Amino acid sequence: MINKGNLLDKLFYSFTWVSALSVMLIMTGVFVSLIVGSWLSINMFGVSFLSSTVWDPNTNNFGAAVPIIGTLTTSLIAAILGIPLSFGIAVFLTQLCPHALKYPLRIAIELLAGIPSIVYGIWGLFVFAPFFEIHIAPWLTSAIGPLPYIGVLVRSRSFGIGVLPAGIILAIMIIPFISSVMRDVFEIVPEPLKESAYALGATSWEVVWHVILPYSRVGVSGGIILGLGRALGETMAMAFIIGNSNQLNLSLLLPGSTLSSVLANEFSEATGDLYTSSLIELGLVLFLITSLVLSFSKLLLIRLAKREGQRR
Amino acid sequence: MRLWTLEHSRQLINVIGLGFCLVATAFVLFWLLWILSNLFYEGLRDFHFSVFLQMTPAPGEPGGLANALWGSLLLTTFAILVAIPIGVLAGTYLAEFANFSWFAAVTRFVNDVLLSAPSIVIGLFVYELYVKSVGHFSGWAGVIALAVIALPIILRTTDDILRLVPVNLREASAALGAPQWMTITHIVFRVAKRGIITGILLAIARISGETAPLLFTALNNQFFSSDLNQPIANLPNTIFKFAMSPYADWQRLAWQGSFLITLWVLYCNIVVRLFFKSSGVIR
Repeated sequence: MINKGNLLDKLFYSFTWVSALSVMLIMTGVFVSLIVGSWLSINMFGVSFLSSTVWDPNTNNFGAAVPIIGTLTTSLIAAILGIPLSFGIAVFLTQLCPHALKYPLRIAIELLAGIPSIVYGIWGLFVFAPFFEIHIAPWLTSAIGPLPYIGVLVRSRSFGIGVLPAGIILAIMIIPFISSVMRDVFEIVPEPLKESAYALGATSWEVVWHVILPYSRVGVSGGIILGLGRALGETMAMAFIIGNSNQLNLSLLLPGSTLSSVLANEFSEATGDLYTSSLIELGLVLFLITSLVLSFSKLLLIRLAKREGQRR
Repeated sequence: MRLWTLEHSRQLINVIGLGFCLVATAFVLFWLLWILSNLFYEGLRDFHFSVFLQMTPAPGEPGGLANALWGSLLLTTFAILVAIPIGVLAGTYLAEFANFSWFAAVTRFVNDVLLSAPSIVIGLFVYELYVKSVGHFSGWAGVIALAVIALPIILRTTDDILRLVPVNLREASAALGAPQWMTITHIVFRVAKRGIITGILLAIARISGETAPLLFTALNNQFFSSDLNQPIANLPNTIFKFAMSPYADWQRLAWQGSFLITLWVLYCNIVVRLFFKSSGVIR
């Protein structure tokens, strides 16, 4: 009887161990399979793959610079718009909001995170892009267009779909992630710290800006980078709204492409080994970038958790 | 007349700052309402129950989404059935057997990176691993891709929730002579049941709307099929194809499909919240 229990214990233990190991295997497998799949393209183009702006299936000449720049640009736009808004939401939910509204508002914001990305895509394509073309783009062109330096970004005619509208949709998509991390780290700021600032006569905003924000700096950065990681890898919404152009344009109103959108649009129709292999290398680049960004965010959040643990 | 003092500018900054927070919250809620209202309007306009019964049509002909809905149901069900045992057991290993070891720390780290990895990359992985060696797109490839996406979610919630189960329950069970596997399956799992189910529901909500990993795995199919060895129709890919098409009736079906998916995902999310209201485990 005891032996049987022991055997089952060992069996159960091995099952759980193998399952836990599978996570590592998957991670390694993703890396290895992407490298194997893109080997042809890595050999053919080398490092210049990253800097070449040509993407021409007809001449079998491929470079990743345009989608890399597109990915970084859309994520940057999303960050510029999304970070202040997320910060505002987190401050509102933790400091200002009446207690009864807190939970429903929290759920409403989190519902945004639940909406599948393809729904953002179809909505962006049929509703937001026309709205952007008619109402926002002409206004941007007339307001910012004449300015030196940045004016050139918005001087062209908009077709609705393009880099800037894609960035705006992306901002809405990452706000729930960033604001929920910010909310969590704002909530762990010790009450006595805030109360002492209030006792010294600080206004609510001064408490937020000079007490809460410095205290939760690490966590806030972790949340922002987590959101960025999401933005970099976002696929379906981008495939719908960015317009899928392999040309490099200075104007944000014109179509562009991201690493993920090129994959989504071209992979299943790609012919020829080199074409497929180059597409897989795009995936490899994307996976490397997002893994680095996400690891960095995780390290920040883990550091925060450790500090929090020591304090208690 | 009073002078403009430092006090005044501090108050002004306060009002502007807090006002911005209020406006930011209202602005984002406005987007939520904007998206949902459009989705409900476009989804319910001309909505007919034949959507559930008829096949995806050729352009210009009447039809529904029956094969796509059926395919999605099959893919999601099998993927979640694959992911549940692996995810729950792996979470059990981390929380019960290796809680403070470096192996657990690394696995949690890798799991979190995998959790947020772009889903299209998972699709590429399964393409390289399975589709290429089998030689054709298939439903099973889609199942594997979705399972890889569901796994980290289930693992994470199981791990989190098991670590919340009080140690004295385990000690009491051990003191009564129960072997560890029995303690875990009969005591710890029972206490943590709600949390584990929450993770599973979250995983279902996430994979039902996933499109990118199915693009080069399950592909799509115009016809009704239950054969997972062949390309199989699925709702997200059908929406992608129909929405990008120039045909008005295909676009209408794409809206209706999006409406159904969103309704289902929001339903899962709300059930999770009602089911698990009082715990801080879900993020």
